[in-house]
Amino acid sequence: MIATNQHIDENLIPILEKVSDPEIPVLSIMDMGVVRSAILVNGIVEVSITPTYSGCPAMDVIGDDIAKALKENGYESKVKLILVPAWTTDWITERGREALRKYGIAPPLNPDADKDALLGDKRIVKCTNCNSTNTKLVSQFGSTACKALFKCEDCLEPFDYFKCLK
Amino acid sequence: MKKTNLYNYILELADNCLIAGQRLGELCGHGPSLETDIACTNISLDLFGQTRSYFQYAADIKGEDATEDSIAFLRFEREYKNVLLVEQPNRDFAYTLARQYLFDVYHLLLLEKLQFSQDLTLSAIAKKSIKEVSYHVRFTGDWIKRLGDGTEESHAKMQEAIDGLWTYTNELFEVTEEAKTLAEEGIAVDVSTLKKTYYEKVTALLTEATLTIPESKYFQKGGKAGIHTEHMGYLLADMQYMQRAYPNMKW
Repeated sequence: MIATNQHIDENLIPILEKVSDPEIPVLSIMDMGVVRSAILVNGIVEVSITPTYSGCPAMDVIGDDIAKALKENGYESKVKLILVPAWTTDWITERGREALRKYGIAPPLNPDADKDALLGDKRIVKCTNCNSTNTKLVSQFGSTACKALFKCEDCLEPFDYFKCLK
Repeated sequence: MKKTNLYNYILELADNCLIAGQRLGELCGHGPSLETDIACTNISLDLFGQTRSYFQYAADIKGEDATEDSIAFLRFEREYKNVLLVEQPNRDFAYTLARQYLFDVYHLLLLEKLQFSQDLTLSAIAKKSIKEVSYHVRFTGDWIKRLGDGTEESHAKMQEAIDGLWTYTNELFEVTEEAKTLAEEGIAVDVSTLKKTYYEKVTALLTEATLTIPESKYFQKGGKAGIHTEHMGYLLADMQYMQRAYPNMKW
């Protein structure tokens, strides 16, 4: 879902799509929804990005990577971090969700299902390896702030689940 | 609105996150299990992220040479405004979780009000933080229940933790002069209004966890005025070591 008030110049999109999340290299920052605006103003591209989580250590790297990618394409840029509106997992695109799944991270469920999975012990998160929903929460926190750790009880694969944030 | 009032108020908000985060961060690699270790450090990371947002704003207001790092690392003990609760050491896992839970409940109530602040930056930080802190309180609340309503030993340890930390809870609701003035302008939260809901929520959860609510009427305070417990100096010595030993070093 593309959020409202996202302004990105069309000719910048292909450049920004090549920048990926350093912690999830298969995922473009565009599909992640962290780029909120990118506009050419007086020869300088002004980019606004928003963090997934306040403490996300990837944000500094993402800012540098954006500046580098734009520079390679002949653009000077200014990258700034904004907090409003706060990022939500709704901004991850359909293509982004597919990329996550293929990479072994189950994409976020809707808020109610997410709550059932993380707190209600319901078995609804699909295993990224065998698609079974016979999966179990191992840890509410995973390798990064945005993920929880699950285990498939059918194929025994441990996998990350991207927590719903709304 | 006076600039120094706002600056001091931001420190009051941020120092709680910084010091609570520092205590949880101490568990990195030392948690009782891998999952809880990761959980505590993830919560710590969220709190540090929030701290950075506050300190970047505070540095803008202060001007001069202030940066988020100088505010975090180069103040003296008496200049930190965190409550005594968050600086209490990690005695055991029950104590760590109880301390964090007693802070989380307050933190969420505070942010739910702060999101309506007339100050747009504070409102933005609050809106972002609410999403994170609601997850923290779920995690710590679950552990209070699990240990309180667990084995005889886990129950005893959790009860001891709650008994030991209870005396620090009341300070959360002390209103400083800065906050009072700013609350009248719609910028700060009058934390005294959160007290009733706080104790109702905590009492309900502790009761569910089969724990006894301490009856002590004596409460410690001082942190908001910069008068800390004996643990704070050690915490700062550890936290500030690199910047003191190698001034201006960068990551």
